[in-house]
Amino acid sequence: MSINNLTINRRTFIKGVTLSTVVASGLLPLEANNTTPAFSQEHELRGTEFSLVISKTMVNFTGTPKYATTVNGQMTAPTLHFNEGDTVTIKVYNDLEVDSSIHWHGIILPTDMDGVPNISFDGIKPKTTFTYRFTLKQSGTYWYHSHSGFQEQTGLYGAIVVHPKAKEPFEYDRDYVVTFSDWSDEKPETIYRKLKTMSDYYNFNQRTVGDFFADVKEDGFFGAFKSRSMWNKMRMSDRDLSDVTGYTYTYLMNGHTPTAQYTAQFKVGEKIRLRFINSSAMTFFDVRIPDLKLTIVATDGNNVKPVEVDEFRIGVAETYDVIVEPKTKKAYAIFAQSLERSGYALGSLTPSATKLAKAPAMDAPQTLTHADMGMDMSGMKMGGKEMASDKKMKMPMKKKIPITPLEEARGVGTTMRVKNPQYRLDDAGVGLRNNGRRVLTYADLESLEGIVPKRTPDREIILRLTGNMERYMWSINGIAYKDAKPLQFHYGEQLRITYINDTMMNHPMHLHGLWSDLEVGENRFVRKHTIVVQPGSKISMQVNVDAKGSWAYHCHLLYHMSGMFRKVIVS
Amino acid sequence: MKNITKIALGLMMISTFSMAGTSANGLYYKLSINELEYQDNSEKNIAWDTSLWIGDETDKLYFYTQGEKPKNASTGSENQLVYSKAIAPFWDAQFGVGYDKVGNNNQAWGVLSIQGLAPYFFETRTSLLVGQGGNVGLRFDAEYQTLFTQKLILTPSIAIDAYSKDDPSMGLGKGLSNITAGMRLRYEIKREFAPYVGVEWSKNFGNTADISPLNESYVVVGVRVWF
Repeated sequence: MSINNLTINRRTFIKGVTLSTVVASGLLPLEANNTTPAFSQEHELRGTEFSLVISKTMVNFTGTPKYATTVNGQMTAPTLHFNEGDTVTIKVYNDLEVDSSIHWHGIILPTDMDGVPNISFDGIKPKTTFTYRFTLKQSGTYWYHSHSGFQEQTGLYGAIVVHPKAKEPFEYDRDYVVTFSDWSDEKPETIYRKLKTMSDYYNFNQRTVGDFFADVKEDGFFGAFKSRSMWNKMRMSDRDLSDVTGYTYTYLMNGHTPTAQYTAQFKVGEKIRLRFINSSAMTFFDVRIPDLKLTIVATDGNNVKPVEVDEFRIGVAETYDVIVEPKTKKAYAIFAQSLERSGYALGSLTPSATKLAKAPAMDAPQTLTHADMGMDMSGMKMGGKEMASDKKMKMPMKKKIPITPLEEARGVGTTMRVKNPQYRLDDAGVGLRNNGRRVLTYADLESLEGIVPKRTPDREIILRLTGNMERYMWSINGIAYKDAKPLQFHYGEQLRITYINDTMMNHPMHLHGLWSDLEVGENRFVRKHTIVVQPGSKISMQVNVDAKGSWAYHCHLLYHMSGMFRKVIVS
Repeated sequence: MKNITKIALGLMMISTFSMAGTSANGLYYKLSINELEYQDNSEKNIAWDTSLWIGDETDKLYFYTQGEKPKNASTGSENQLVYSKAIAPFWDAQFGVGYDKVGNNNQAWGVLSIQGLAPYFFETRTSLLVGQGGNVGLRFDAEYQTLFTQKLILTPSIAIDAYSKDDPSMGLGKGLSNITAGMRLRYEIKREFAPYVGVEWSKNFGNTADISPLNESYVVVGVRVWF
């Protein structure tokens, strides 16, 4: 095929994309100064028939032109608008030199449409088209991304909005998608290699001699020494918050850097719906809009009882729908600091596109506590530095549920086994504790009546999230994916899954194909597709196993995924 | 030397074989020039301490070399090629071969080592060496990182050597042979590149001191590089 032909073909594929972007798709050599900044979140696709082209496109976020993996020449990829009840057909052409794929994150669909290479299908081979077809049985905010290699890190992600058939239980005048992501000029393979050779490579918030003296001031010499001694003895760092940081990442909001701010416009008196999607590879964000209350109305596509907060944490792959009502004609900052406070994504909610908000100061990073190590805190006084949880969160499973034991190993890949993991649903998590703001926790979330059918679980499995930060190895129950047998779920059963996090990291666990109904209290659930398991904690969810087939099940941190992964077979 | 090459090739094959079974994510490598420095001592040494590994999270092939080139004397070096296998979360067991060279003399060793991160974040390596002539050596190295800032890092280190026999040609004596303790203050311009200054104290003991007396403190200036 000649380049001319291809360009023309592509132009028919790509509605509204400029020729320069098309030319930039990796076939023609480009001068650095010809690059187009990929600020094109405004591109949206609607209907029931979609054509997507995966290719390489030159982008420039840092001053250095780099290739991104894009959809229709755009990064982030175009927002897809579906209607509940519609059957959509999505033709995806892979113009890369390597295999690709698209996974529709959170969408309930047939197993062969799920887009995970080697589990749902063979992947999309170079220069071929795969046609996805599925019927939308749900509504809400979702997203899509590549499930091949590290393509997600290099730009292959976009938003999905499924418009509901029924009237929504909340009102709004404007509707914006707000995606977060973490861009690096480094190749993901380079980042991964650095983590494998020096796992704290990107951590520039490590303990110093000065910190020790600060602790001595606060807790006295013996207090400080004792606390240090405990961490050091275990060869653990209480500053080990995120594997990859702003040292290499530029945090994006809808594909805009903090300097080239994304703007969403409003008129005073309007209610604005913001659909927050964390499409990062590795970054958790703490999101707030100073001077505005955030009313959380949905998470992971599912409506919840509205809850008003000042701030919320969004784990990788989670979504939150928020309603805000700006009362003043001024630019509000949509401010999303990374969990470890090495940077932020920034946009403006503004009455005029020329009026931009200033970023507030970032909060100081917090350190992990004994609770994050899964140590029993009941006998200890909760000092200012310990977690805010004052009420004991007992999980209300009075009836004995039979536990199916799973294969477990404790090899070189597991550094820690928490002794006393606690349910910490009302813990905002490290970085957000006692910050003076009303911060959302999982304990605040509850699905609206009727979303989660309540049943008594038939059985339970326990998944320990395990790892060795020093060697940068990740696994489930001490067994990495390559050595693990698939998990067997029985079609029609109600399964309870309890996670225990044996590591010092948050892990956003995502089960494909089936809903994850998180237990948030006595017979209270919130329906999600991705559940953050805090360090050293325990958390339980229930799954109505109602979809046959093979499904992926994994930690959504891109560089944890190869190990902390299972194939699930529902039969 | 031929023997060593043979053993090395053998080790490589063993290691490749075992990696084929364990490594889904491919192989990685790391070349660490921990020390490359000028030592302002009586010998005016240029000294190095370097390692290279190829492997995955649990199975690696390591090449270590350290030594010095005095201004007016011939080079002395200690080199090892070992296969390294994770045996505990923070510990690797290693076995392979060693080859020391002092001027025109040399000594081959069989090497057994334990390397890892001890509690309290001490990086350690302990090697048991068995020589051709029946000499048995023990070498212990430990290092600690103290951060003044995120980039200004002080590394105290200690190395202790001991042998079971005298070997004057290699400058080694029976018993505790040498202790070298250092403090290096580096500034990480990048993670991978850090110039440093430091002080080191090196003393020979017992029979080693009789063969070649040494008790010196001196300043070192160098660079730490890895990639």
